[in-house]
Amino acid sequence: MVRFNMKKAIFLLLSAWLPATQAAEIELGQQKKSFVQNGQKIERLKIKAGDTIRFKNYDPFFHNIFSLSTLKTFDLGSFPKGESRTVTFDTKGTVDIECAIHPQMQLKLEVE
Amino acid sequence: MKHSNTIIRQHIGAIVAALLGVSSIFYSPIGGTGEADPYLRPKIVPAPADNQLTPDRAELGKILFFDPRLSGSNWISCATCHNPALGWSDGLPTAIGDGMKTLHRATPTILNTAYNKIQMWDGRAPNLEEQATSPIVSPSEMNQDLDALIKELSAIPGYKALFEKSYPGEGISKQTISKAIASFERTVVSTESPFDKWRKGNKKAVSESVKRGFVLFEGKANCAACHQGFNFVDDGFHNIGLKKLGDVEDEGRFAHKKVKVLKGAFKTPTLRDIARTAPYMHNGVYKTLEEVVDHYNRGGENQENPDPNLKPLNLTDQEKADLVTFLKSLTGKHMTINIPQLPN
Repeated sequence: MVRFNMKKAIFLLLSAWLPATQAAEIELGQQKKSFVQNGQKIERLKIKAGDTIRFKNYDPFFHNIFSLSTLKTFDLGSFPKGESRTVTFDTKGTVDIECAIHPQMQLKLEVE
Repeated sequence: MKHSNTIIRQHIGAIVAALLGVSSIFYSPIGGTGEADPYLRPKIVPAPADNQLTPDRAELGKILFFDPRLSGSNWISCATCHNPALGWSDGLPTAIGDGMKTLHRATPTILNTAYNKIQMWDGRAPNLEEQATSPIVSPSEMNQDLDALIKELSAIPGYKALFEKSYPGEGISKQTISKAIASFERTVVSTESPFDKWRKGNKKAVSESVKRGFVLFEGKANCAACHQGFNFVDDGFHNIGLKKLGDVEDEGRFAHKKVKVLKGAFKTPTLRDIARTAPYMHNGVYKTLEEVVDHYNRGGENQENPDPNLKPLNLTDQEKADLVTFLKSLTGKHMTINIPQLPN
């Protein structure tokens, strides 16, 4: 006789449901003083509320990540080549992200 | 189409250069094709769509640049501080402004500012057009009321004709004054240096010490973390741990962007013609390039909020000497300039 296992059922249900709603982690490179996604320079990006962006430095010098936008104000500090920092965006709206050291590195983020 | 535009722009550049007595505004293309060497100056000087470079505009800008009537005292011109005989700077640790008052920052050279993506030590101007009138109206610098200046220039028939020729129908305004000065600044560009000749393939153009210095510059000495490309800038801002000038508290870029890393940070200056622009640094604390190299070798002086790229370099005496030799190899041919007759 197969006994009904509540724990197992919940686990199975959750496993089926989670991938559809789980927030994504998106990697953005900092390369040649630009924001880069999958090898392409980008200046705008749309993400879903709850998503996390991982900023990874590919340049042989320090980069910084900050935003003074009202929707989300943060300063992830400065980090060298090979290191990364993450930030999660929970609220819908627009965020302007920059590297303080290299002000031409700008990204307009739309959180949907 | 693109090709013919380039040719037209090159011709305009050559005409501007000839009219201004500028020794060379564009390199003559020597040798190979393919991807441009990032260490050689691009042939085209960038200019915005609404202020394309023409000989008339550059000439008007030059006249304005040398005209002391642009200051409140009618005694200081742009060229007073940005003196072409002193590497387009003033040879002073920090500038002297209105009423002979000593200011807190060094006069930056205007050489190659055309290529900068952001202007001024603290980046408060996004382009040359925004930058040009900033020192004119600054109470501590040229201390000139802009409306009064427009009236003053409008009363000079010679200027009325020159503005009409350069900017037909636009009149004498803040915009046209800025555009003309910016146009002149776009003609102040670096000329071929021994380093450039070496990059183009002349192995004898520089000494072995220069070659070793360049390797150190890109490698062990980590200079290229900030000083990049032909103009040796990153259009970025760094606190390089300089000793304070007396009791001066200068927050630099932080005054405009409240991000911690920017406290005490200033824009990376060009290294082109560096041998001509002593003293050095934004507050003029060092008299020689040897002192500058020593500063970086120590990993900076003031450790309040140092740029993370700074670290002690452990350079030998020979390596320090090689770096200085390399820096001196970035000196181009002195730009010949004819001082204009000011209109009446």
